[in-house]
Amino acid sequence: MKRLSLLALLVLVLALALVACGGGTTETPAEGGEEVAATEAPAEATEAPAEATEPAAEGSMECTDALGCVEVAPGDPILIASALVISGPNIELGTDSQRGVEIAIAMRPEVLGHPVELQAEDDGCSAEGGQAAGQKIVSNPQIVGVIGTSCSGAGVPMAAIISDAGYLMISPSNTSPALTDPEQAWKPGYFRTAHNDLIQGAAMATFAYEQLGLTKAAAIHDGDPYTEGLASAFYDAFQALGGEGVGFEAEAADATNVEPLLTSIAAAEPQFLFYPVFQPLAPLLTNTAKTVPGLETTILAAADGVFSPSFLEATPGTSEGMYLSGPDLSFANTMYQDEFIPMYQEMFGSEPTNVYHAHAFDATNILLNAVESVAQQGADGTLLIGRQALRDAVAATSGYVGLTGTLTCSEFGDCADAKIAVSHVENGEFVPVWNNKDGSLQ
Amino acid sequence: MNAIDWRRAIRIGLVLGVAVLIASVIGMVQTFDERDMIEDILTLGQLLLFAPAVYAGYSAAGKSEERRVAAPPLLAGLLAGLLTGVPAVLLVGLAGWWTTIRDYFVNVSPQLIDILTFGRGALQGSLMLLAVMAVLGLIGAAIHLIPARVRRPLVNATLITLIFSLFSDVPLNIANQFLPRDIVRRFFPTKGVTQLAAVIVFALSLAIALWWEFSGRTRRQQRMATITAEQRRRNSLIVLAVSAVLLLVLPSILGTFLTNVMTQVGTFILMALGLNIVVGFAGLLDLGYVAFFAVGAYVTALLTSTGDLGLGINFWIAMPIGVLAAVFFGIFLGIPVLRLRGDYLAIVTLGFGEIIRVLVRSDLLKPIIGGAQGILDVGRPSIGPLTLVTPQHYYYLLLAACLLALFVSWRLRDGRAGRQWMAVREDEDVAEAVGINLVGTKLLAFAIGAGFAGLSGAIFGSRVGSVFPNSFELLISINVLAIIIVGGVGSLPGVILGAFVLVGLPELLREFVEFRLLIYGILLIVMMLVRPEGLWPSAVRRREMHADEESPPSVAELEAPRHEATQPMV
Amino acid sequence: MTLSQRLRDIDWIDVWLWIFRILIIVGVVIGIVRKLFFGAGTAYGVDDWLDFFISGLSQGGLYALIALGYTMVYGVLFMINFAHGEFFMSGGMAATYLVASTLAATGFMNEQPIIYLVLVMVFSVLTSMSVSLLTERIAYRPLRRAPRLVPLITAIGASFFWQYIFRGFFGSAVKAFPVPTILEGRVNVLGLDFLKVRLMVIIVSIVALIALYLFVQKTKTGKSIRAVAEDKDVAALMGIDVDRAIATTFAVGAMMAGIAAVLWGLVFKQVIFSMGFVPGIKAFTAAVLGGIGSIPGAALGGFFLGVIEAVGPPLILEGLGAPGAHQLKDVTAFLLLVLVLIFRPQGIIGERLAEKKA
Repeated sequence: MKRLSLLALLVLVLALALVACGGGTTETPAEGGEEVAATEAPAEATEAPAEATEPAAEGSMECTDALGCVEVAPGDPILIASALVISGPNIELGTDSQRGVEIAIAMRPEVLGHPVELQAEDDGCSAEGGQAAGQKIVSNPQIVGVIGTSCSGAGVPMAAIISDAGYLMISPSNTSPALTDPEQAWKPGYFRTAHNDLIQGAAMATFAYEQLGLTKAAAIHDGDPYTEGLASAFYDAFQALGGEGVGFEAEAADATNVEPLLTSIAAAEPQFLFYPVFQPLAPLLTNTAKTVPGLETTILAAADGVFSPSFLEATPGTSEGMYLSGPDLSFANTMYQDEFIPMYQEMFGSEPTNVYHAHAFDATNILLNAVESVAQQGADGTLLIGRQALRDAVAATSGYVGLTGTLTCSEFGDCADAKIAVSHVENGEFVPVWNNKDGSLQ
Repeated sequence: MNAIDWRRAIRIGLVLGVAVLIASVIGMVQTFDERDMIEDILTLGQLLLFAPAVYAGYSAAGKSEERRVAAPPLLAGLLAGLLTGVPAVLLVGLAGWWTTIRDYFVNVSPQLIDILTFGRGALQGSLMLLAVMAVLGLIGAAIHLIPARVRRPLVNATLITLIFSLFSDVPLNIANQFLPRDIVRRFFPTKGVTQLAAVIVFALSLAIALWWEFSGRTRRQQRMATITAEQRRRNSLIVLAVSAVLLLVLPSILGTFLTNVMTQVGTFILMALGLNIVVGFAGLLDLGYVAFFAVGAYVTALLTSTGDLGLGINFWIAMPIGVLAAVFFGIFLGIPVLRLRGDYLAIVTLGFGEIIRVLVRSDLLKPIIGGAQGILDVGRPSIGPLTLVTPQHYYYLLLAACLLALFVSWRLRDGRAGRQWMAVREDEDVAEAVGINLVGTKLLAFAIGAGFAGLSGAIFGSRVGSVFPNSFELLISINVLAIIIVGGVGSLPGVILGAFVLVGLPELLREFVEFRLLIYGILLIVMMLVRPEGLWPSAVRRREMHADEESPPSVAELEAPRHEATQPMV
Repeated sequence: MTLSQRLRDIDWIDVWLWIFRILIIVGVVIGIVRKLFFGAGTAYGVDDWLDFFISGLSQGGLYALIALGYTMVYGVLFMINFAHGEFFMSGGMAATYLVASTLAATGFMNEQPIIYLVLVMVFSVLTSMSVSLLTERIAYRPLRRAPRLVPLITAIGASFFWQYIFRGFFGSAVKAFPVPTILEGRVNVLGLDFLKVRLMVIIVSIVALIALYLFVQKTKTGKSIRAVAEDKDVAALMGIDVDRAIATTFAVGAMMAGIAAVLWGLVFKQVIFSMGFVPGIKAFTAAVLGGIGSIPGAALGGFFLGVIEAVGPPLILEGLGAPGAHQLKDVTAFLLLVLVLIFRPQGIIGERLAEKKA
């Protein structure tokens, strides 16, 4: 009995090796044209763009796109996916962005006569979360494009999967410079409406050094790729401007007793302390800093990770006088205050919890605009959307006026209007005081 | 028998009512209401709201079989159902009277109240809710009136239909592989299933269940009674062959998404098999198991990455190095801690896991392993001209790795090492007295366990394509431990089943992310309460757990392990 | 295997252990020397060192209060109650959302700060106790005869359950804990400069620890708990209601956690649904450090851990030139734990309980 099963196991392993080798040859893109090929062939596109072509639609339309087409039958919705962090500690960031997507869809109930539907996935704010969400999305050939990811760590594997499968993604909040650096993680299907860390870090450094006239600064991060990237971008830029960096510290994101850390920093006597971290660490640092001797006169600053009313509620009094950097939403476009915010409150019963809803809103609109411009319409209402054409249309976005400014996509997918504003907390409210394009606003 | 336990009916109704209330207050009902189960008929939120009433009525009416139509049990069901609705109605009333309730309980939204009152206003809606719940309780009680041979198939078919629509992603993805899109759409809208699909599934499962009830079961019993040992062996060979073929063709049946889920399950099976050796065989509680996973992933990633930090070595060379690094690390850590016993070992291993977690994201090691920015462009393995990229490819790699690990575990368990581990697990002092080298035995378990985790980590890093610190949280250690205990400590099939339940199912329910960990927690508690020995316990464990029960274990159960255990090593 | 072979193995292991100990100690000594005498990293004044110490001491008081729950439950049931951190969280969350924020908004807080604190604390303690008793009744009691790993898993399940139930109730945002104005600022005691809340934490935790110790040692209920901890079957024969004694143990542990939660709110001025997990792990570490099962051990372990976490990074790690030293405070804490357990497997002042029963 036992020997038999042993034998069977051996055979199994052998057969497996065979199939693993043989399986590859049967899956080469040459044999497109079946339903299976629609999901599998693009996944092979790492070496060469897949030549898979869908069978011709019933009408006169034919898909000639290099990456294949999405066919939307009459009456069917145009399906877009989101992959944002909607679980775990960074949930506020992702939920807020997802609301931006939902509002964009609610404001555009129909595109070319089809309703728009959202399939919401979770990027888990981790590499494996981005990988899983990416695979789930590319397994659905009906999905036109993706809004996501929230976190850069999830964006790296997802950009590869999405891009290789011929899809495209527009991230509302990835800020890691690596993602749009062709030397590192950039992929042709990757775009973002969020600004690059280097820009925000430099803006904050310029503000502290030139506007406030401070010469000694320190920074804290929490080991998250976003906070670490932003904190070091700031720290480097501040020193490059001629300022003195007196401390670059790190703390665990789930830390509790931050008094020793702040005492250490106080001993170096910084005039400006920048901690671009999330909740709950950011309010904790803010609340504690005021009680640490030596930091009484130090100016505290944080970034868009906590640029939200809930941060102010968590730091009553202690956040007074802080500076927070973030994308400039006080942009002349009045639609934000007049239409977007009221709609947000009506749909979700609360104030925005972050700022990236605006980027998600813009990303969704850029995607839908591209769909509108490239889709072939059949006589019966069928849509044929070429994936390469869609990418090209998104990449060609130029001078698009959105909530976050006037957006133009660069060669490597950076679409943000890199306008960073610094706000001052006065009487428990954010007051914009400076931005990196116009300088002081007062 | 005939007397109805009214107090019990009230208690059941109220307990379930409070459960419904809590599910409403935490926002579960509202979130789940957006998920269709059966198009235009039933949402998951409604199921969450109404199923408890049916169940309350069913269990309040008592347990007696073949009851004649009588008022008291039906009345008890009605009462229990009604009570299930009462707490929710109180919530509706409270929300109407206390207008700022949302400042305290964020999820008590107007939409929730709308769902609870069918959008008909507080008073009329509340009455309606109570009426619906009472009727559902009555229906639940009335289930007892159906003859048992029809009742069982009916209940089973209903449950199968519900499960089918809850996990509609699975049939949807399989159907996508074989059927044209416009046919698939007739059965599966974007979420859940269509009415047509629900009816078909219900009818099919009902037919099969009825057949089984009326004829299939007796036939099988007759067959089992007459079957010879020869036939039985042949049958099991057929089963083995069929499952082997199935395992091989699975990726082309499942499609990309489900295959990717399989690779995630495989990653955890591999880790769980390793931890099973440490915890299940040798009885050493390790709470920091993720450390070895991280070592395997980081070493392999550093060696194969084509980015700034990496060396760009071939994966097939790097992987064994990664595994060896994990083994070495296991021994390195094992030596200082293996003299500790029980929970002291648990906390120290937990500590090591945390140290690794902190170190990989620290500024201290950033120049070497990338710190917060992780390692990009991890190398992918290639076999001849084929580079492994898709989930399908990694499925086969993981399948091979899992089979290897399974084979190693199985040989070790039944060999000399397994017996030594078991002796150490049962009583260290006695084991030492009979001449077992405690430290060596424990180190062996630790090293092999670490090796499996290292292998899993190596494949993980390559599969995801990049390695970031937040993939190595304490939660992974906890999850792996839960897998082996829920599956059945020390049981190899149990470990695999556990991984499917605790990794696969949550992955299929990704849309409930917000409540995933809540459901996970409930799942852990309920499973342990219902089956403390695990889903598929090892024979030894099953005997231990039921030692105090009256029924003696069957001969097969007693004989099988002993037979295996005394076989000489091949 | 012959005896000589075995001896050789053990020798080899011992050599390794000594290398391990010496490496850690040498590292610590080099770090301290470089920091104090050669001025590595930032230069700290005496005041700074005192701040590190006091901050760590008060943090340690909080750890000690939470650790008591672990240690008492372990003493009675030999079970790691992973959900204990959530008992702590539940009290803090419920008290902040339902009582403290309301009383602060009406202005009652600053009119009657003492009554305010008492009310908040009572509510927090009651919530923690209810959550703890409910968990014990549903998730632990039915499994008292199951293998030891089984209640560990239900405890982990209960931990997730409560965390996400409370998130569902109150949301995932950080909530400010209102602190009465009389507790803001600093006070000078015995020439030492304390933050008022920190001083209060140190005092309250020491008082609570002593009260608990007396309760367990002197009262009848305390004696029944100790009897059950010695031997459940014999205790039952003596007429002690074992279930009741165990439930009392849970309740008392949760009471300490409820008190700790309010003190936590006062110090950090905020609560969040995930606040229980990390302190739970740390407190468990503290309990083991002191010697699990022993009440004075938990207290000592808690204070020790708090101080090491605060003083270790600037003193040792900065001395060794590690960047981002405070990020590594968990490394210091856990290395210390390993070191202590290698030297004294039963913890600092623990009984040799592990050998006996674990």
